[in-house]
Amino acid sequence: MPPESLTCKECKTVYPLEAKYVCERCFGPLEVAYAPPAEIDADALRRRIQAGPHSLWRYRDFLPLANGAPRGLLPAGWTPLLKADRLAERLGLGEVWIKNDAANPTHSFKDRVVAVALARAKELGYEVVACASTGNLANAVAAHAAAAGLDSYVFIPSDLEEQKILATGVYGTHLVAVRGNYDDVNRLCTEVAGEHDWAFVNINMRPYYAEGSKTIAYEIAEQLGWAVPDRIVGPIASGSLFTKIAKGFEEWIELGLVKGAVPTMNGAQAAGCSPVATAFAEGTDICRPVKPDTIAKSLAIGNPADGPYAVELARKTGGAIDAVSDDEVRQGIKLLAETTGIFTETAGGVTTAVLKKLAERGDIDPNERVVAIITGEGLKTLDVVRGTFEAYEIDARYESFEEKVDLPAEVAA
Amino acid sequence: MAVTVKIPTQLRAATGGAATASVEGGTVGEVLDALYVQFGELRDRIADDGGLRRFVNVYIGGEDIRFLNGLETTVSDGDEVTILPAVAGG
Repeated sequence: MPPESLTCKECKTVYPLEAKYVCERCFGPLEVAYAPPAEIDADALRRRIQAGPHSLWRYRDFLPLANGAPRGLLPAGWTPLLKADRLAERLGLGEVWIKNDAANPTHSFKDRVVAVALARAKELGYEVVACASTGNLANAVAAHAAAAGLDSYVFIPSDLEEQKILATGVYGTHLVAVRGNYDDVNRLCTEVAGEHDWAFVNINMRPYYAEGSKTIAYEIAEQLGWAVPDRIVGPIASGSLFTKIAKGFEEWIELGLVKGAVPTMNGAQAAGCSPVATAFAEGTDICRPVKPDTIAKSLAIGNPADGPYAVELARKTGGAIDAVSDDEVRQGIKLLAETTGIFTETAGGVTTAVLKKLAERGDIDPNERVVAIITGEGLKTLDVVRGTFEAYEIDARYESFEEKVDLPAEVAA
Repeated sequence: MAVTVKIPTQLRAATGGAATASVEGGTVGEVLDALYVQFGELRDRIADDGGLRRFVNVYIGGEDIRFLNGLETTVSDGDEVTILPAVAGG
């Protein structure tokens, strides 16, 4: 499936495969278009994938690169898909799986998109990479640039979680903390990208970058034994990840690598920043921008670029887009941790809380196979779990232990 | 009321390469209309029936006009209006 062009999603104008993201005719987003495949031998293609590396480069045939898998980059992707029976039982569901994308080199799904964007940036001859980030992307760009020997500029809102700031600066990037929210950072970077010929992974490299998210769908399908799940529950910030997961399944269905239909797509937002959930609820695809106010900072995009497409997708597949409160997010983090042993950041709390909401609402049939997308690591947003549990504090004496610590209930003889 | 409009790189083919333009107008809508008079091709690129295309963002002094009064937002002498593509980020 060699990449053929950049094509406007709105007016279909075609452009060469350069560092370009906006249609000059209508301002619509550009997307990578691939040459229609010749005769497909699905068995041979599956074998070729299975013989590939344990990273997203096993799917290089479906990614927008001229020269196949690059060298010298961090190995993103091929993260675990775990069957979450205890979570399913707790929610009264039949079959729930967790795609744990915290298990990436910098502990979020952003390693996928950055790997693809940087590989393409290198092909195009760029030596400076940059991004506008809510945190996870900052970590990924700084780390992947360090591994690839590229100079990097990372722009973040100045009030970001300390863990995400520290885990970015350590890689020796030019870290630019902007006084403003993510949408301010994004606006500034859009201006900077117009004046400096750098590879901004989520601006002028966005068509390539976004394709990296398809690999989540490919992995889920492969890990389920070349099958498509019935339903996906995943977070929405800009809406790019959400729409590209569906595109990944769609491509493989068309190629005959898997059978079935695109899953029912359920999107998850935090109530403090839910322009896409609001548009869905109001029956429109116009996402009115909002000023974010939520602990889920990695999802705090008030002006989501792919919002309209996310709404269309949820509607088309019979899904929905729901929003949950910050308290529900904290409970979601705990629920996932207590039932699966996976500690996720706030975005994963949003996703888990929406899964719970769907289960309680009766939207999910007990026969369904559901996959929840956990996009990031709990150690990056430690502050939000502070105060959600208590520890026993005791003296270093056996009596103190016996006195203060609750012991498990006696097992009946 | 003279305001400066910042033109994104994607639209500079329609402004003869100019990165900014100085135009008169009392609201954002009037400023854009004045801009279309100066550079006729711009209207087709960013305007839709009765408004802006959905992937066009317009800011005054860094604030999205959708948080203000949209195209009816009043502008003052010396304000800076910025047009940018909306498809970035995330």
